[in-house]
Amino acid sequence: MLTVNGTELNFSEQQTLSQLLEAQGYEENRIVVELNAAIIPKAEYRRTILQDGDAVEVLNFVGGG
Amino acid sequence: MNNQQDPWTLGGHAFTSRFILGSGKYSLDLIKAAVEQAGAQMITLALRRASQGGKDNILDYVPPGVTLLPNTSGARTAAEAVRIARLARELGCGDFIKIEVIRDAKYLLPDNYETVKATEILAREGFVVMPYMYPDLNAARDLVSAGAACVMPLAAPIGSNRGICARDFIEILIREIDLPIIVDAGIGKPSQACEVMEMGAAAVMVNTAIATAGDVPVMAAAFKLAIEAGRSAYLSGLGRVLANSASASSPLTGFLREGEESGE
Amino acid sequence: MTAILSDPGTYLPDMEIIESELLEQVLAAAAAFQPERYSGEDIRRVLNQRECSPEDFAALLSPAAAPFLEEIAQKAQQETSRHFGNSVYLFTPLYLSNYCENYCVYCGFNSRNRIQRSRLNREEMEAEMRAIAATGLEEVLLLTGESPHMADVEYIGEACRLARKYFRVIGLEVYPMDSEAYAYLHQCGADFVTVFQETYDLEQYGKLHLEGRKRVFPYRFYAQERALRGGVRGVGFAALLGLADFRRDALAAGLHAYFLQRKYPRAEISFSCPRVRPIVNHDQPQLLTVTEAQLLQVVMAYRLFMPFAGITISSRESRRFRDHVVGIAATKISAGVEVGIGGHAGKAKGDEQFEIDDGRSVGEIYEMLASRNMQPVMSEYIYLGSEQKKGVAANESFNPPGTTPKK
Repeated sequence: MLTVNGTELNFSEQQTLSQLLEAQGYEENRIVVELNAAIIPKAEYRRTILQDGDAVEVLNFVGGG
Repeated sequence: MNNQQDPWTLGGHAFTSRFILGSGKYSLDLIKAAVEQAGAQMITLALRRASQGGKDNILDYVPPGVTLLPNTSGARTAAEAVRIARLARELGCGDFIKIEVIRDAKYLLPDNYETVKATEILAREGFVVMPYMYPDLNAARDLVSAGAACVMPLAAPIGSNRGICARDFIEILIREIDLPIIVDAGIGKPSQACEVMEMGAAAVMVNTAIATAGDVPVMAAAFKLAIEAGRSAYLSGLGRVLANSASASSPLTGFLREGEESGE
Repeated sequence: MTAILSDPGTYLPDMEIIESELLEQVLAAAAAFQPERYSGEDIRRVLNQRECSPEDFAALLSPAAAPFLEEIAQKAQQETSRHFGNSVYLFTPLYLSNYCENYCVYCGFNSRNRIQRSRLNREEMEAEMRAIAATGLEEVLLLTGESPHMADVEYIGEACRLARKYFRVIGLEVYPMDSEAYAYLHQCGADFVTVFQETYDLEQYGKLHLEGRKRVFPYRFYAQERALRGGVRGVGFAALLGLADFRRDALAAGLHAYFLQRKYPRAEISFSCPRVRPIVNHDQPQLLTVTEAQLLQVVMAYRLFMPFAGITISSRESRRFRDHVVGIAATKISAGVEVGIGGHAGKAKGDEQFEIDDGRSVGEIYEMLASRNMQPVMSEYIYLGSEQKKGVAANESFNPPGTTPKK
């Protein structure tokens, strides 16, 4: 199982972080990703292979004061 | 006085505008117009969970050349603020960070103690740290020692539009702290922004007063004028105020004429 | 003088040098001061403001302020009253030793001046202190001539420990020393350190201070900062008005205190406002006259610039002047002053540093203040058990820096 922004997804087959983000429709240059509470640099997205049980947080900027 | 001749610097970056615009609570469509009308060179942003599909990203609405100032809103502790700051920097939009640590859900007052701790950590990591704080002189001095780039005291509770409730204490910070004092939060109308600039604030940050105004871009323009007017007034030096009654007390210096000094 | 004079800006090898930019800040501001630039308009503006900036302070010291002395006095009185009520603090100086290794051409203690030299031994110190304490005073200012040989740090420390038995507040006006020595004296009971810079005009300073450690201008300048690093509670500043351009010197003394206070917000600040006085056996070299009105102008400028600072008015001034100035700007006044060595308990055995003008006793000063509706205060500090100078007792032994424990 994978948790992405609090939503649980079935862990089907092995995939990279990059593949997950693309499949979920996130635009890589507009987001920042935490994998199990550690920041993943963008350059690592393609090399990061997700494991069963991983928690992924995807964040971006919104309006704020 | 043209503001081109009156630049100020923050974390090594020079700015001519003294108006920091917030981007919360109004539609993305209005951001570009608000920034333009405000003449703002810096705009605050918050960090949140991304919605899928990446639609309507605020970065697509901010005109190029405007410095992004992510805030740590949502943080309740120094550790959370540090985490948000690091995430924000990873987005690749610069080293500026506005620290906002709030653990009071009713009045939303900032926690100075946690703010100082976060400032110390982030300044060491090379951030340009802009801490939002409750105007307390000792905490402000601690922020200076911790490596803050400026100090951002509130005028009134955040989002309240209640004006300069903390006037006397902001004045103390302006007098005693050798960093730019940026008044943040609570400013409800342009005349109040003008007034804190007259007092010697380096800049003003406004969000809710504009977001909740009848016409967002028009109010942004009104704040721009007010901030510039206040700055010019400060640079000029205010005119005198006459006391409302002449003092008729007995002369204190008459003794100087009572006798020449001995021994000379 | 036959020897070639050393550069007054150069430290001696054994002197502590601290990292600070205060000296440059103060001297640059003093150099930029143009007293003739100000007008009556500037003074009116300052009088109508609530705050007094360094620039406003400069205006108050300018000749343009002279016609406004009365208005300034009204405002100064309000500020004094706002910060101190009608309290006036009493103290007396106790001269421990008049040996001196400096040659300051204007000073009665200078090493070339043939005066009767002496220093108090422990028994004499205690006799003096007992006599002073019997007058009711609770604050004493311990002074020495500037001879680290004849009045070393250990000697001064002993005086502090003794004074702690008789007084609640102890000030020091002794030669500048390293921060470690100040820390030691603070441990022995010293609360305040005052050092007169004399003049902030470096060139004139070099002409007036010909020999001795005092010739080193920056070491003296940083004495207050070293004292604060040593832990003392407060520091005092003064320019001896009349040695150089008094306006510029007063400006520099004020800014010296101002910048230091910003750097060390906990520091209590005080000013002394001495004018040059005639001295024993010496023709006064061409010193400048500062009138009473000008002195008053300076004292009031200090008050408006730093309304929270203590201001001491010297017994070198006339009674008339002192009586009025405590009502306007000064907050501390000496009483029962003996400037010779050992004059409180018996007959002085050493000559005085300068001539005093106001020799009134503690009782007389007390009466004067009361009759002017001022409140004479002997001390206002409360030392709590654990804070009581870390348990310093007069017979307890501390080791001054650089010495070995004494058996």
